[in-house]
Amino acid sequence: MSDIRLEGVTRRYGTVAAADNVDLAVAQGEFVTILGPSGSGKTTLLSLIAGLNRPTAGRIFIGGRDVTEATAQERNIGLVFQSYALFPHMTVLENVLFPLGVRKITGAPARARALEALKLVRLEGLQDRRPSQLSGGQQQRVALARAIVFKPDILLLDEPLGALDRKLREDLQVELKQLQRTLGVTTLLVTHDQEEALSLSDRIMVLNHGKTQQVAAPTEAYLRPANRFVAEFLGIANFVGLDGGRTGVVRPERVRLGPVGVDGGRSARVVEAVYLGQMVRYHLALEGGEGAPIVAAAPFVGKAWQAGEPVAVSWDAADIWPVA
Amino acid sequence: MNLSSRSTGFSFIAPLLVLMVVAFNLPILYMLGLAFWEKGQGFTLDHYRGLAEAPVYLRVLGNTMRISLIATIANVAIGYPLAHWMRGLPNRARLIAIALVVLPFWVSILVRTYAWIVVLGNGGLVNRSLQWLGLTDAPVQFLYNELGVTIGMANVLLPFLVLPLFAAMIRIDDRLLQAAASLGAPPRTIFWKVYFPLTLPALAAGALLVFILCLGFYVTPAILGGGRVPMISNLLDTLINQIPRWEQASAISTILLLVTLLIFAAYRRLDRKASA
Repeated sequence: MSDIRLEGVTRRYGTVAAADNVDLAVAQGEFVTILGPSGSGKTTLLSLIAGLNRPTAGRIFIGGRDVTEATAQERNIGLVFQSYALFPHMTVLENVLFPLGVRKITGAPARARALEALKLVRLEGLQDRRPSQLSGGQQQRVALARAIVFKPDILLLDEPLGALDRKLREDLQVELKQLQRTLGVTTLLVTHDQEEALSLSDRIMVLNHGKTQQVAAPTEAYLRPANRFVAEFLGIANFVGLDGGRTGVVRPERVRLGPVGVDGGRSARVVEAVYLGQMVRYHLALEGGEGAPIVAAAPFVGKAWQAGEPVAVSWDAADIWPVA
Repeated sequence: MNLSSRSTGFSFIAPLLVLMVVAFNLPILYMLGLAFWEKGQGFTLDHYRGLAEAPVYLRVLGNTMRISLIATIANVAIGYPLAHWMRGLPNRARLIAIALVVLPFWVSILVRTYAWIVVLGNGGLVNRSLQWLGLTDAPVQFLYNELGVTIGMANVLLPFLVLPLFAAMIRIDDRLLQAAASLGAPPRTIFWKVYFPLTLPALAAGALLVFILCLGFYVTPAILGGGRVPMISNLLDTLINQIPRWEQASAISTILLLVTLLIFAAYRRLDRKASA
């Protein structure tokens, strides 16, 4: 178990900086997610920490030790790829035994540890199968077992659930979170999925064009985004004009809808009502046609506004967060 | 596909089938049958008995196997590192390397074999270089012995090993190797525990293919061996064109065919495993 510290980490490819002067401190046992669109440099950052790639500038510390020049082998990191990267010519058990064999742990003790790891990811009884005989979710569990069996200092997950379907992904999110808490291992996860970032992490690091946009707890990043990019990338953002030409953001669930002419508010028309089960999402055009359409989200309790209906739209001044 | 369209398809290929049977399969059967037939005597196993009694035949068969094995081993020793090196090249260089490997395919085997005489002869490129470097005093005898035959066969057959091996190697996901490194495996372990096992089926299949092709090689042993390295196809040539004893040749061919089929069955099994 160790902490991670990045100091001014930069990785250039020609003139492009895939990681641009990134600082980050992850405390021991913390679960931090690096969130960004594709091409934001998040996977580059992970490969730099894993030692599969060398930074052009900056230092990387794991457990207080400077590992900037260390090879991947010397870093004692559990790494899980989106593509699982299981060894196809080995059984599940042999895959999990691999990192133990490398560490000269063999025989009965190794077997016991491997089976224990497989039990943790709920794969008992499948140890003699080949990876090709397993489903995507099961393969990802094997990859996870293989990455934790040797008690790595830190755990790095590269879009680990990206290739799975939605239901399975949600189940595995919960399991992953519980597993991480049980092991208490410092974990860094890379994803482009904002829901995954919000639900799993202690803190989120939002990355764009290789630059850090914000590092904050999920609620903080969602309600008090550091800039326009974070506001738009994390959930849906309504931008409203503020005094002095500044812009503020209001989240859809903070937008109130009511009948016209009762409680005041600005009059608008419902353009589209999207039924989402627990919620209904409304796309609204403000009267006067000024500015972008407003998006509101309200719990569905038997009745919803219909497309074309006039409504009154309002929000509290306290729910506006200035972004620029 | 229904029955009528299937029979229509059959009538289209029937002429080709007839040609194959008449021009290829029947002669082979006739040739195989020759060994079991003696004029005025009918069915006989004498010709096979003759093979067993004359040790020269078995010695040539053994010799052929040995030279084929050496040529195959030489092929693997050169081909595996070559294919591995090609895998690591950037795309453009990779294309050039593949072209260089395939290029000899387009040059007549006869031309290539004579080219070796120029290169390996007593006054050839290799011997003159060796002497100029002071490594040897007298010319090294490369030609008209097993060494020359082995070099020539290894050269001709290299693409048959390198191309399938290379195809298997580029299919290996780099992330597998990265995963192994992140799990703590040093490069040597990554190679022997992950990379090599994944290339093994293709390597075995390619080596068997090369071995089979070696067994029936004629041109290269005839020219580079100078008649002093008897291999089975050269023996057959003598039995058919010079002595002639067709029945004996037929018996030897049958044995060669059986050996080849056995090895080919092994090759098919491995190849299916390699592509699975």
